[in-house]
Amino acid sequence: MDVSLIIQQCENLLHDLSLSYVKEWKDKNNSQAIGYMPVYIPRELVCAGGMLPVGIIGGGDEVEVIRGDAYFQSYICRIPRSTIELGLLGNLDCLDGFLFPAICDVIRNLSGMWKITFPQKYVKYIDFPQNFSNIGREYYKKELLLLKTDFENITHKKITSKDLSQAICLYNENIKWIQKLYDFRSEKPHLVLTYELYLLMRASLILDVREHTQLIKDYLHSVENEKRPLRDYVRVIVTGAFCEQPPLALIRALESSGCYIVDDDWVLGSKYYTQDIPLLSDPIDSLVSAYCDFAVSTASRFEESKNKGHYLMKQIKKYKAEGVIFAAPSFCDPALLERPMLQDILTKNKIPHTAFKYAENTGQIQVIKEETGTFADSIKLWGET
Amino acid sequence: MQNQPAATLKEDSMVLQKKMLADHYHKLSQAKEFGKKVVYTFVPGNLNELIWAFDMLPVHPEINALQAGMRKKSGNYVLEAEKHGHSEDVCTYVKCDIGMLKQGNIGPTGEKLPPPDLLLLSYTGCFTFLKWFELLQQEYHCPIAMLHVPYQGDGKITPSMIEYVVGQLKENVIPMMEKVSGKAMDLDKLQAYLDSSKRAEENLVYIWDTAKHRPSPIDAYFGGVYYIGPIFTAFRGLDECERYYELLKQEINERITTKSGPITPDGEFNDQKFRIVVEGPPNWTSFREFWKMFYDEKAVVVASTYTKVGGLYELGFRHDAKRPFESMAEYCLGCYTNRNLPNRIEILEKYMSDFEADGFLINSIKSCNSFSAGQLLMLRELEKRTGKAGGFIESDLVDPRYFSAANIKNRLESYFQMLEARRK
Repeated sequence: MDVSLIIQQCENLLHDLSLSYVKEWKDKNNSQAIGYMPVYIPRELVCAGGMLPVGIIGGGDEVEVIRGDAYFQSYICRIPRSTIELGLLGNLDCLDGFLFPAICDVIRNLSGMWKITFPQKYVKYIDFPQNFSNIGREYYKKELLLLKTDFENITHKKITSKDLSQAICLYNENIKWIQKLYDFRSEKPHLVLTYELYLLMRASLILDVREHTQLIKDYLHSVENEKRPLRDYVRVIVTGAFCEQPPLALIRALESSGCYIVDDDWVLGSKYYTQDIPLLSDPIDSLVSAYCDFAVSTASRFEESKNKGHYLMKQIKKYKAEGVIFAAPSFCDPALLERPMLQDILTKNKIPHTAFKYAENTGQIQVIKEETGTFADSIKLWGET
Repeated sequence: MQNQPAATLKEDSMVLQKKMLADHYHKLSQAKEFGKKVVYTFVPGNLNELIWAFDMLPVHPEINALQAGMRKKSGNYVLEAEKHGHSEDVCTYVKCDIGMLKQGNIGPTGEKLPPPDLLLLSYTGCFTFLKWFELLQQEYHCPIAMLHVPYQGDGKITPSMIEYVVGQLKENVIPMMEKVSGKAMDLDKLQAYLDSSKRAEENLVYIWDTAKHRPSPIDAYFGGVYYIGPIFTAFRGLDECERYYELLKQEINERITTKSGPITPDGEFNDQKFRIVVEGPPNWTSFREFWKMFYDEKAVVVASTYTKVGGLYELGFRHDAKRPFESMAEYCLGCYTNRNLPNRIEILEKYMSDFEADGFLINSIKSCNSFSAGQLLMLRELEKRTGKAGGFIESDLVDPRYFSAANIKNRLESYFQMLEARRK
């Protein structure tokens, strides 16, 4: 398939706030769909139940928040207000349940708001362990077993070990191709445009995992033949954007300001573990391992100072990044509290960095573009590489 | 008594509290000299009894921050932290603490606070705690003991949650405390502290409950955080804590007998027109001014939620020496901010009914997402369920830039006028 057609398909999914794909999928498969907010959600378990996991990460810059503003004060980030707006508009009616991960107090409290506002829906707050020893693993396993029972009650169908193992294989395959996409992007950043990569990743939130894997395969196959010029851009990593997403226009602007973004943490829920989930005799243990042993580092996961920054430094090395851009949503406590710690580590390691804040509906792109453009120029002019 | 100058109107418990706090900070300033180990920990889900059992001294960074706020020092500390790269968007308790550290870590009594030997991260009801101690560990390079307390997402404590917290206490927290203190866990000692806590808890619940009287002998928000709660948080488990609450109980009983109200900075407050329930933390930088806005309008606070972040006892929980670890786990799990939103609304609704409140007020704090996210929905739900009017104001914990006295006063006056109009 032609690259432009693939990207057009992804863009259509991004703009389809009424979730037509989800409704069609449900009709076709005579099944249910479960929504989730970003990061660390065990989508494999949803898939094992024969349901469609649907990532909802706000309404972006396309939703005019009217009623949502009556739910949140001005000093709270935008993602919960646009999400609740979507709910109140009925756009999320096709979701049969909603999972809220333990990533910050706002998303945590949103789970309670959802219970009150949509009492007919299944709502679950998933408290991931912050203690990764056996005690934490045991706790998480019990939480996952409860979640499995809840899913069985929704679908009226048992989830067998075989179902879950098959789902894990599907997601392992997906992660493998996402990894190939990122590696190719790093190798030939001029071919894989940042906004294309972003749209491909956004599609992972909606599409059936099999379709998404195929989409990446098709894209990689086609993009190799694209004739795109190699530009004198610097290689950077963007971090801090794991929850509320920057608008697409901002993502385009970052690249055109002179930055090849060789790694990022947006749409992180679709690539939150760093390697294949091991297939253990009890596949629930595999999910525990995915979170406890192989999950990527984020500001929402407890990390002792001896380990702080290791993941970022590893990514910098792996992708030969020349600098780091801290892009955090306004009022995002986890990302903004994490930032000074990581900045300190980068400074000690002489890695250039810059920072800005955004909201999912940020319109003032030019200011940020000038900032990152200057950052790129400074690396080109005075950088060591 | 009402005509006495504010400075002379002090009850014995107030004098005792001041002395206890001063002594505690003095002990902290000399901790290293006397070989005492120091544990930094948070108010919600604090494990004071365990800290005492290891003969260590606790430091509560939120209390230092609020003390700095009341002493008008926090603004400078917040700016100092922002100068070091901390965003204007994040929790000002954290920034106040970091700023204070960067400026020499001088505590509220003017004496230097010792660095921690251990960061006891009881991660209860507030995500920011986790980042806060990560930040402090980067500054102090000391060990950190993580105690993850799961949130009551479904509004209940499950056996698995208790098992998880107890497991962490036994396998992570206590071994680390043994290592840092150089002392073995002494269960008898711990149980004695837990017994003492239980006795103090009985009195604390009694004291909160006295607000059901008319006039209320206590202010359960301003007075609550100033005179009733702090000793409980800092000293729970100690004999002196028990003595303090015995004394306070006697004084309050006397007020009930004489039909007297609580003591405010401007004297005794007897003429109470409005009985209010308050949700959310107070502002500390203009604490007196804020309180005055209430008693000037003859509004007394009969129940509040912020005073329950350090422990919610009125629903029956008590520390239990017979089940030391399980009851510590239940304590942590039950703190107010560890309860889900529907549960928080139920608690407020109960306060409204039990204390025969005329209305409720939400002080929404810019810094505190744990409290603030969802409060607008809580407001509407409570109005719907109780039929009583709710008020909504915004301020901050310790950032003086976010306390707009004129706006808040204006809103409060309008709110109380509305309550008055509804009565007619």
